[in-house]
Amino acid sequence: MTTSTVLRLTLLTAALTASSALAQTKQIIGVSIPSADHGWTAGVVYHANQAKAQLQKLYPTAQIIVKTAKDANEQANQIQDLYTINKITALVILPQESAPLTRPIANLKAKGVFITVVDRGLSDPKAQNAYVAGDNNGFGRVAGDYISAQLGAAGGNVVVLRGITSVVDNQRNAAFQAAIKKNANVKLLDSRYGNWNRDDAFKVMQDYLTRFPKIDAVWAADDDMAVGVLRAIQQAGRKDIKIVLGGAGMKEMVKRLIDGDPLIKANVTYPPSMIAEAMRLTVESRVKGTPLAASTIIPSVLITKANASKYYFPNSPF
Amino acid sequence: MSTPSPSPAPTPSPLSSVAAPGPTLLGRIGSLGPLLGLLALMLVATALNPDFLSVSNLTNILTRAAFTGIIAVGMTFVIISGGIDLSVGSLAALIAGGMILVMNALVPGLGAGWGTVLVGMAFALTLGAVAGFLHGFIITRGRIEAFIVTLGTLGIFRAVLTYLSQGGAISLDLGVSDRYSPVFYGSLLGVPIPILVFALVALVGGLILNRTRYGRYVQAIGSNEQVARYAAINVGGVKIATYVLLGVCVAIATTLYVPRLGSASPSTGLLWELEAIAAVIIGGTALKGGHGRIWGTVVGAILLVTIENVLNLTNIISVYLNAAVQGVVIILVAFFQRGGRK
Repeated sequence: MTTSTVLRLTLLTAALTASSALAQTKQIIGVSIPSADHGWTAGVVYHANQAKAQLQKLYPTAQIIVKTAKDANEQANQIQDLYTINKITALVILPQESAPLTRPIANLKAKGVFITVVDRGLSDPKAQNAYVAGDNNGFGRVAGDYISAQLGAAGGNVVVLRGITSVVDNQRNAAFQAAIKKNANVKLLDSRYGNWNRDDAFKVMQDYLTRFPKIDAVWAADDDMAVGVLRAIQQAGRKDIKIVLGGAGMKEMVKRLIDGDPLIKANVTYPPSMIAEAMRLTVESRVKGTPLAASTIIPSVLITKANASKYYFPNSPF
Repeated sequence: MSTPSPSPAPTPSPLSSVAAPGPTLLGRIGSLGPLLGLLALMLVATALNPDFLSVSNLTNILTRAAFTGIIAVGMTFVIISGGIDLSVGSLAALIAGGMILVMNALVPGLGAGWGTVLVGMAFALTLGAVAGFLHGFIITRGRIEAFIVTLGTLGIFRAVLTYLSQGGAISLDLGVSDRYSPVFYGSLLGVPIPILVFALVALVGGLILNRTRYGRYVQAIGSNEQVARYAAINVGGVKIATYVLLGVCVAIATTLYVPRLGSASPSTGLLWELEAIAAVIIGGTALKGGHGRIWGTVVGAILLVTIENVLNLTNIISVYLNAAVQGVVIILVAFFQRGGRK
């Protein structure tokens, strides 16, 4: 944190003393992301700050301002401030919610700001110049295919933990359900909201364990939720569960996978580093003046013991 | 602690507004409102899914209720004295994060044994008491509304935790975690430890509120602060003590919470303040202060957790409507127990 502040200050000083020729090509890029309220968003904040330091070193004419917001309302105010006070020329935004932010973002685009939307699509795609996202359909599909393949012809009972009511969550679940339907012997017992956090997932899993005497696989859909699920299973001392599949590739879970945990045998990526990718693409395109593809999808892939080392980042907070 | 002259159980203190000489039958039923509500809910739950009454499910419910329940016992004192504390959820998160960091730091020196765990617990209790004292001090000496002071610290405590964890999770050293986990997962004579602690806190809380001079002062201040002042009660001191008591309760709840998942994150203790306040009010304590009861708070806390549990055990209601069902039950229970209050 402090090094990036120092870096920012030196850059600011450099910018102030820079020649007028340089000032003309100066690009100010605003980055607006949700504040770190769970593991994945903490990863987003980490990768955004890492990318900021790297990109500013790589492109001295670019100034990057990273802001976090705790809800859609704060984020809408924030991007207004970024425009009027910081005079941004481009905005990379991971919207807290799609619908309420579409209009404020469209307003900025109308004023000539280049808009890159990350992860959560706007309700009107015309409000953005570029879209960089994880593959939510793929995230659900890969998970569903894996569980149904692991249960095999014998099939089994599956319970699902959902995140927070949102478009992302709906897409993932629809894709997951479509994938497990292909195996007629896999039975979906129930899906409940665990709100992408450990405590709620713990409670929901406890109640699943009370309610269903035989569960074969749990799609926890998120590694934070998987932590709570594992604790609940451990507490109940149940031996019937064979698979707990989280998601997003949290470092502790990838570590367990590498170490050969009996329940955690796979993971599905949904990298928080997509914010860094979006920032890199935007800064490059702005500084060099090259066009940016309207849509960039970062695929979700299955992590197994074989390829796990590629997805293990011990230094990231996530 | 001195006990005032022995008197029949439902003594209406002259300052208290419960002054209901010879409660009517309706009043009696009304005062049992939360308990009847809980029993009705349990009947419905058993009809929907007989597993509801299984021992493991009931212990799940009680251990979950222990966190907010213990906090709600402390909150009962604060609310009876006419105050409020919105910061308890954030304080729990901060204490959890702080004690984990302290214990992790002690591992190289003290080792991953009980020594480390005990120092961690002592740190938690101290932090809770200090935070409570600060609240009480600012509210009484600074003459700022409790609502505003604790709304401010609600933001401060959680922000400090988020800063300490850099937005991620603070995780307890695995060795300490193994040593510490029996505090949540263990049991004594078949009863899980969190439930025992909850019962003990409620019992002590009830004794302090109903059987000590201090408890009467708290009720007197909530009932009429001006009169209490004329009666030479140290109003400021008593009020500060209610916040310290609540801070300690938050710390006790947190020392039970940390061994459960062995981590603290910015989502730890989210909305616990509302659950705790709701438990107190459902239990029959007046939000405006003056009178209240600990057993009601305990029932209120269990009731809130039970609603959620019942919804998880059945499929008849869409998951999208969970919050609506919780709302309806809360209002219904409050409606039935309103006869108990005049």
